[in-house]
Amino acid sequence: MTQLPTHFESGQLSATSAARVTVVEPMARFSLRAGQGDVTAISEALDLALPTKIGQRTKAGATEAMCLGPDEWVIIAPDSEAVRLESACTAIYDQAPHSLTAISDREITVRIDGPRAADLLTLGCPRDLDAILPNEGRRTVFDGVTVVLWRDAEQEFRLDVWRSFAPHALSLLVTGCTELALE
Amino acid sequence: MLLIKCPYCDETLPELEFAYAGEAHITRPPTPAEASDEEWRDFLFIRSNVKGAHYERWRHVHGCGRFFNAVRDTVSDRFLVTYPAGGLRPAVDDVTGSSK
Ligand SMILES: [Zn+2]
Repeated sequence: MTQLPTHFESGQLSATSAARVTVVEPMARFSLRAGQGDVTAISEALDLALPTKIGQRTKAGATEAMCLGPDEWVIIAPDSEAVRLESACTAIYDQAPHSLTAISDREITVRIDGPRAADLLTLGCPRDLDAILPNEGRRTVFDGVTVVLWRDAEQEFRLDVWRSFAPHALSLLVTGCTELALE
Repeated sequence: MLLIKCPYCDETLPELEFAYAGEAHITRPPTPAEASDEEWRDFLFIRSNVKGAHYERWRHVHGCGRFFNAVRDTVSDRFLVTYPAGGLRPAVDDVTGSSK
């Protein structure tokens, strides 16, 4: 098994004829919890229509949101947008109570693409990936670890992994890249 | 692997995304200080351990994160129905289709 360091810099982790695994640049991430009745007000404040079905995503400019649960979203944006998003939510807190938590450093994100990107994910993910359409995503499990999976195209994914689990989860991806290329 | 339908995600998903959370519909005594030692023991430890349709809690821990309830046949391991937490307990006959 490939041993990875615990500190990740953005850049390529692995690239074979099967797939590529790339650590992406740091970004702002937020965990949003809010009741159904407050979703419209928060959407207006963020200038981003929050999706209401689990697994659906929406995007406005460079800010993206995915619905993870009945009252839970993850919002990602460039670092430069973080202050705007935070103050937009603070401004409507009294009318639409919610919890917006900065989780930027909790996870790292890898991009997984290449002709066998989906096969590579099946090494650790028991889901039927065909049920996750491009431009959707899900919170699921990868090799025992909770992850957020974004499907950007048929063979292009992003995987958010908690930083402390990243050496474990990404090691399998790196090993898998090599193994799939040998088939 | 068992496939379990999460009533919140409305998808049937692999067991590996879920965690078992014990028997369902166990009500905490409304005034615990007034419960006798026997009542408190029953609340904490005594479970029905049925053979057949078992009402139990599950959590979609690697997914939407929600707790929900399920009726599972402990003989066949088949899930008869799943429903949101806080929902009414469905009658056994309704979920098994039997009339006994
Ligand atoms: Zn769920």
